[in-house]
Amino acid sequence: MAEFLQFLISGLTVGAVYALVALGFTLIYNASGVVNFAQGEFVMLGGMVTVFASAAGVPLPLAALIAVAASIMIGLLLHRLAIEPARGASAVTLIIITIGASILLRGLAAIIFDKQFHKLPAFTGDAPIDILGAAVQPQSFWVLGGAAVVVVTLYVFLEHTLIGKAVLATAANRLAARLVGINTTTIMALAFGGSAAIGAVAGILVTPITLTSYDVGTLLALKGFAAAMLGGMGNPVGAVVGGLLLGLLEAFGAGYLSSTYKDAFAFLVILIVLFVAPQGLFGRRAVERV
Amino acid sequence: MKSKATLKILLAAGVMGFGLSEGALAQNSVKIGSVLSVTGPSSFLGEPEDKTLRIYVDKINAAGGVAGKKIELVIYDDGGDANKARTFATRLIEDDEVVAMVGGTTTGATMAMIPVFEDAKIPFISLAGAIEVIDPVRKFVFKTPHTDKMACEKIFEDLKKRNLTKIGLISGTDGFGASMRAQCVKVAPNYGMQIVADENYGPRDSDMTAQLTKIKNTAGVQAVVNPGFGQGPAIVTRNYAQLGMNSIPFYQSHGVASKSFIELAGAAAEGVRLPAAALLVGDKLPESDPQKKVVTEYKQAYESATKQPVSTFGGHAYDGLFILVEAMKRANSTDPQKVRDEIEKTKGFVGTGGIVNMSPTDHLGLDLSAFRVLEIKGGDWNLVASGS
Repeated sequence: MAEFLQFLISGLTVGAVYALVALGFTLIYNASGVVNFAQGEFVMLGGMVTVFASAAGVPLPLAALIAVAASIMIGLLLHRLAIEPARGASAVTLIIITIGASILLRGLAAIIFDKQFHKLPAFTGDAPIDILGAAVQPQSFWVLGGAAVVVVTLYVFLEHTLIGKAVLATAANRLAARLVGINTTTIMALAFGGSAAIGAVAGILVTPITLTSYDVGTLLALKGFAAAMLGGMGNPVGAVVGGLLLGLLEAFGAGYLSSTYKDAFAFLVILIVLFVAPQGLFGRRAVERV
Repeated sequence: MKSKATLKILLAAGVMGFGLSEGALAQNSVKIGSVLSVTGPSSFLGEPEDKTLRIYVDKINAAGGVAGKKIELVIYDDGGDANKARTFATRLIEDDEVVAMVGGTTTGATMAMIPVFEDAKIPFISLAGAIEVIDPVRKFVFKTPHTDKMACEKIFEDLKKRNLTKIGLISGTDGFGASMRAQCVKVAPNYGMQIVADENYGPRDSDMTAQLTKIKNTAGVQAVVNPGFGQGPAIVTRNYAQLGMNSIPFYQSHGVASKSFIELAGAAAEGVRLPAAALLVGDKLPESDPQKKVVTEYKQAYESATKQPVSTFGGHAYDGLFILVEAMKRANSTDPQKVRDEIEKTKGFVGTGGIVNMSPTDHLGLDLSAFRVLEIKGGDWNLVASGS
């Protein structure tokens, strides 16, 4: 039982990070139909800026705020300088632009910060909490709680506010959205800024557990993308379920099967799910109207 | 018409001048080449190597050079890409016409460059870790860093002294972790070690509690060894403490032998043991230690020039450069063939990595005494007295 709980909590913590990255994907995808592969770089920025700001003597909460603000700035700049000028281009072109942006951001981070690994102190101490025999880092609760807050906020925003509905409308049909008076450029910028903020929050929450460095974003983007696909691209609930499921698959795979093949096992399950339900667990079936 | 003729004369003069200055340079200088991963994923290895070579070549030249000639250093950055490394190796030999090479940050890059140097018969001192570089022995290839096999042997030697024989392995699946794991499994029987648990983690994994829980619940595990590199071992160490496994002795590898590991792992690193080069504990070595002088001088020179903490990786470049320079001095020549023969005759060279005694069958020349067993106590490295 203790063993099961240990795997469960380990999986949920890692899964919550994947879920937050997947949520970032979801927001931008919903607004623009673009999969933003620079999403992992926002996670990196959140962690790295906080580390360097707090190393410069800024108190941790303020450093975290600076990091979120900086990431939003970068997100807006990414939209303004790279995505907006190419707005007529196809989604594939835009996706390739985001890959380019992620390489650029990583390179800049390596030069501006450094290439070392960094850590942040845990928000509420390092002493593990004993839950029925499983040892849990207090920071895990911060990650899980933070992820829950972000998910609820995003859900309320998308489903129950006018701007949120404008985001969904823009995603559904850009031209029609513009015809009913939605400023789609602003909505797109909003989506990039919001998605950067989510990424940065994820980066700040997990850095005490996972450490951070300039290139931490690549794998997170990949795992977050897999989680978003598993849950159904474009569905916030799907992103969260997909992320948690991927984390659990990895933890239980490593614990009960073989740690050598845990990634292979996780991706195998994703493949099977996508074979059965190509739109993902919660995805809306895409209907091509002719 | 007239202007055209003038131009021709000018051109001719220019070409001649070029030829002259090149010839003059070639006589007074000796070209040493280097291909390093100064940028890219292995930059934390390549950067200190690059800085070390530049600092010491300047120092050697200021002191009059080697065999009456100034050293001209040609460094290329392969960015961690073995293909690029090979291209640069060809360029060093064909365009730059170097007489020797000290470089090859990663095992991948080194293995890709070996055929080029073997064919050209140019001595190549590699800075890569894996044993494949010098086993089997190739005529023109040498290396300075300890091998992962030696690290396993040193750990097992220490375990044997403590009468611990049943071990759990938790290894990274990156090149370093996988290679060291294989070597540990191979040499374990020689020390009577029994591997009762064998777990892995991805180099970018952020949580290893699942694997450690499995090891913890394996009956009879007396010690845990973590072959790995980068941030993985720091997370493993933190998870180890989180799960309250501190009562089981825990060994890291020389792959984490830098101050940043202690920093990242924090209090969880207390009591962790690892094999490492003397360079890390230079100030703690007894005065009688033959390496004391070399390592403290290198540390001081590197840190005052770069304002960064010294790492063993830069030390490998130091050793490589000086093995080469001393071979050139002994040969009193810069002829690649003669230099190679002298490198192979290196005896009693005191470097940062250990005392080097090369032979035609051993192109590394280090024995287990090159490694010291360290224990982390009070947030710092401490020498474990042999026999405890």
